[in-house]
Amino acid sequence: MGERREVYSLCCMCTGRCPILVEVEDGIVKHIWGNPHVFGAKSLCPRGAAGVAFEYDNERPQYPMIRDGERGSGKWRRVSWDEALDFIADKLKKIIAEDGAKAIALSDRGGPHTELHKLFLAAIGSPNYFTHDASCSNSVHNAHMSIAGHARNTVGYDYRNCKYMVVFGRNLLESLITGEARNVIEMINSGGKLVYIDVRWNYTASKAYKFFMINPGTDYALALALINVIVNNNLYDVDFVNKYVVGMEYLRSFVQPYTPEWAEKETGIPAEEIRKIAYEAAEAKPSVIFHPGWMTAWTENDFYFRRAIYTLNALMGSYEAKGGIFIAKGAGDCGYKIKTPTSIAPKVTEERCDGAGTKYPWIRKNWGMLQVLPEVVLTGNPYPVRAYIAMRHDPLVAMPDFDTWVKAFDKLDLVVAIDVNWSLTAWYADVILPESTYLERTDHVIVRKGLRPQLALRQKAVEPRFDSRSRFQIFKALAERLGKGEHFPWKDEVELVNWQLEGTGWTIEDFQKKGVIDLTDKPIWYDRNNLKFNTPTGKIEVYSEFLEKAGVPSFAPYERPASPPEGMLRLVTGKIALHTQGRTTSNNPILNELCPENHLYLHPDTAKKFGVKEGDTVVVSANGTEERIKVKVSPYVHPEIAFMLHGFGDIVPLRTRSFGKGALDTRLMKGKLKVTVGGNCPLFETFVSLKKA
Amino acid sequence: MSKYVITQDQLKCIGCLACVVHCKVENNISPGARFCDILPVGPKEVNGVPRIFFVYMNCFHCEDAFCIKACPTGAMTRREKDGIVYVRQELCIGCKSCMKACPWGIPQWDEGTGKVFKCHLCMHRIDRGEKPACVEGCTTSCLTFTVPEEATRKVREKYATRIASELKSTIW
Ligand code: SF4
Ligand code: SF4
Ligand code: SF4
Repeated sequence: MGERREVYSLCCMCTGRCPILVEVEDGIVKHIWGNPHVFGAKSLCPRGAAGVAFEYDNERPQYPMIRDGERGSGKWRRVSWDEALDFIADKLKKIIAEDGAKAIALSDRGGPHTELHKLFLAAIGSPNYFTHDASCSNSVHNAHMSIAGHARNTVGYDYRNCKYMVVFGRNLLESLITGEARNVIEMINSGGKLVYIDVRWNYTASKAYKFFMINPGTDYALALALINVIVNNNLYDVDFVNKYVVGMEYLRSFVQPYTPEWAEKETGIPAEEIRKIAYEAAEAKPSVIFHPGWMTAWTENDFYFRRAIYTLNALMGSYEAKGGIFIAKGAGDCGYKIKTPTSIAPKVTEERCDGAGTKYPWIRKNWGMLQVLPEVVLTGNPYPVRAYIAMRHDPLVAMPDFDTWVKAFDKLDLVVAIDVNWSLTAWYADVILPESTYLERTDHVIVRKGLRPQLALRQKAVEPRFDSRSRFQIFKALAERLGKGEHFPWKDEVELVNWQLEGTGWTIEDFQKKGVIDLTDKPIWYDRNNLKFNTPTGKIEVYSEFLEKAGVPSFAPYERPASPPEGMLRLVTGKIALHTQGRTTSNNPILNELCPENHLYLHPDTAKKFGVKEGDTVVVSANGTEERIKVKVSPYVHPEIAFMLHGFGDIVPLRTRSFGKGALDTRLMKGKLKVTVGGNCPLFETFVSLKKA
Repeated sequence: MSKYVITQDQLKCIGCLACVVHCKVENNISPGARFCDILPVGPKEVNGVPRIFFVYMNCFHCEDAFCIKACPTGAMTRREKDGIVYVRQELCIGCKSCMKACPWGIPQWDEGTGKVFKCHLCMHRIDRGEKPACVEGCTTSCLTFTVPEEATRKVREKYATRIASELKSTIW
């Protein structure tokens, strides 16, 4: 046995960023565990554990490449890093000279590890930074901003102390991150009650105290009826509401039509059960969570549904209550200042191309609206966008309307994919820059916000296997070539990390002991008598003057969702523990072995109606796009839906394990690059036809 | 039976297969084979909610093991000090007798070597004072690596607690 080392770091098999402990022997990763100092055990989800297989998989880009043939033809020329970076820089210089830096757009998957991409864009002067949230959290983010001045993730959930939790379609125990799943299980184990609502049964439903299969698209009706019962029967936390909620009279009159009896007709959930949920939640308040969700690119009215959920939390007084929703505390709350790279970024004065924050004042720039980008590229309106950098993001798989994207790509002067995988976007790019994997690079310090904030760091565990570079090296090199090197004043990652920590007394060495640095020894709760929300009134704005002024009602009247036309079904998608992020997990040697393809789940009556049975291959189609997939029949999916896991149907042949297996959901979601009131794409308003192959 | 036993808290298991992945990584198991496994059974309605059960299956490390009796070469071996049943690779001729003999389908076929391999309770880890990888890495910590006395004691305690709480509500 050779030299054994343990390196603390952060996982990157999904955007959960779980703290990990990497076992290294003779420079080879042997095993990846959860960080026991954080989880109290070495637990790690299956994707995290399969990170070893990812590292030693050769089916990923191994060196920089420039396209040498038609888009998607898979013809590439191996080039040196200098050649690749020069190629990109020359094109960008020309574009900047002709149309300004705003003609360059970049997207990533959001989260705290985006500092360097944002710094790069700011350094060159482009406002067009996008996260992936158009197909993920935009509606819940923007809804929460409008009502409480918080993003989805600047609050956390005190699951372990929660007594009653109502969850709408957030599959916490399958579409999971390690710590959250552990906490939810602990909640159930210690007697907390989980009410689970979805259009299909799943493993989260299996652990629930009650499960209701709701009519697709009617969740807003249920939320409104719950508010109706709570308000009309004075079940709310009077002190909290009097102190912090603006617009109770408005709310009271708005919800009057939405009685449980009315909602029963919409949702299919008995009025009596709706009343019970309201009463039981009120009984347990304030240790109650109405879960606002995570991936919420569901429907046109999603924004209002999420505002209604946050309203329910406000009525229960669960903000900053034990067992409720807590405001995530950061370094500042512990008296520390951690410098962020973007804090030295120059201010960008140009207007964004998507209208976030301007044309749509209530939609925040932080996440933008990536669904608008193809349209901007294709029309040149409001101004030309000519280059696009996909940073560890795969819009051709994650976003709807593949064909529109490819058309937009064809119009762009430059598409760059920076990735560790052969993403579909990389396959269609002009230049591929292979990033060193999360096990091969060090990133910058992040704050793990929460009741007990910590500093955490992704640390290099092994040397890169291929000719790859870290994101720090890539963006610094690009900035330098564009004459903006002064904005990346650090020599390397170590210098950057130590700069961030200046004045704290800590250095990068301090992450070696347990991988995280505790900023407090006990949980921090704000005084419930002195809460401040970042809204214009400083309160929770059930009625929002700001929204109304922008021409957006605080709540929109409920409209019954369209039912699928005869011969069609509503397409709904989701995730499981083995596969959450399509292109990171689907071709992983172990994860692919355990779940190689997705299936189409149909209700027995639906299967009968369409004349198909378990195991049949069917053609699912929408507006001329077809996908082939095998059927599974289950009584626990709503008869109006066709359910499949997200992210299969791989068409990149270099990914031999996932190639050609199953179907890709987003390709069927035609016409869904829409701007809805929440800034989300309405992905679950897709109707598909079905026939036996 | 070996000295050890792995128990599973059914209520906490979420069927995520992290145990299987941790095992495959730790023991470098070729595609297709699994030492430990999770068998989902259900869903079946209990109190109005469809419940699924995730049955953790693994080698029992039997005291009087069918697999050992079936093995013609002595490759299937019981480790003296703690009763772990494992395959001595150098003696295995790949005849698959043990696979047929084990009533629970535990011994696995290694495509790479053309021999049988199976769960050895991560004995390299046990010898370092660590737990088997499946237990160590389980997402919800629903698996416990313990000894039979402890395990039965835990079951009794749980039962006693339940009885006591039910008594409270029905009698007093
Ligand atoms: S949830 Fe799993 S894949 Fe995601 S960061 Fe955590 S360990 Fe990694
Ligand atoms: S890792 Fe744990 S929770 Fe997940 S399936 Fe295995 S035993 Fe169950
Ligand atoms: S392989 Fe089967 S027979 Fe042999 S020890 Fe394990 S469970 Fe018993």
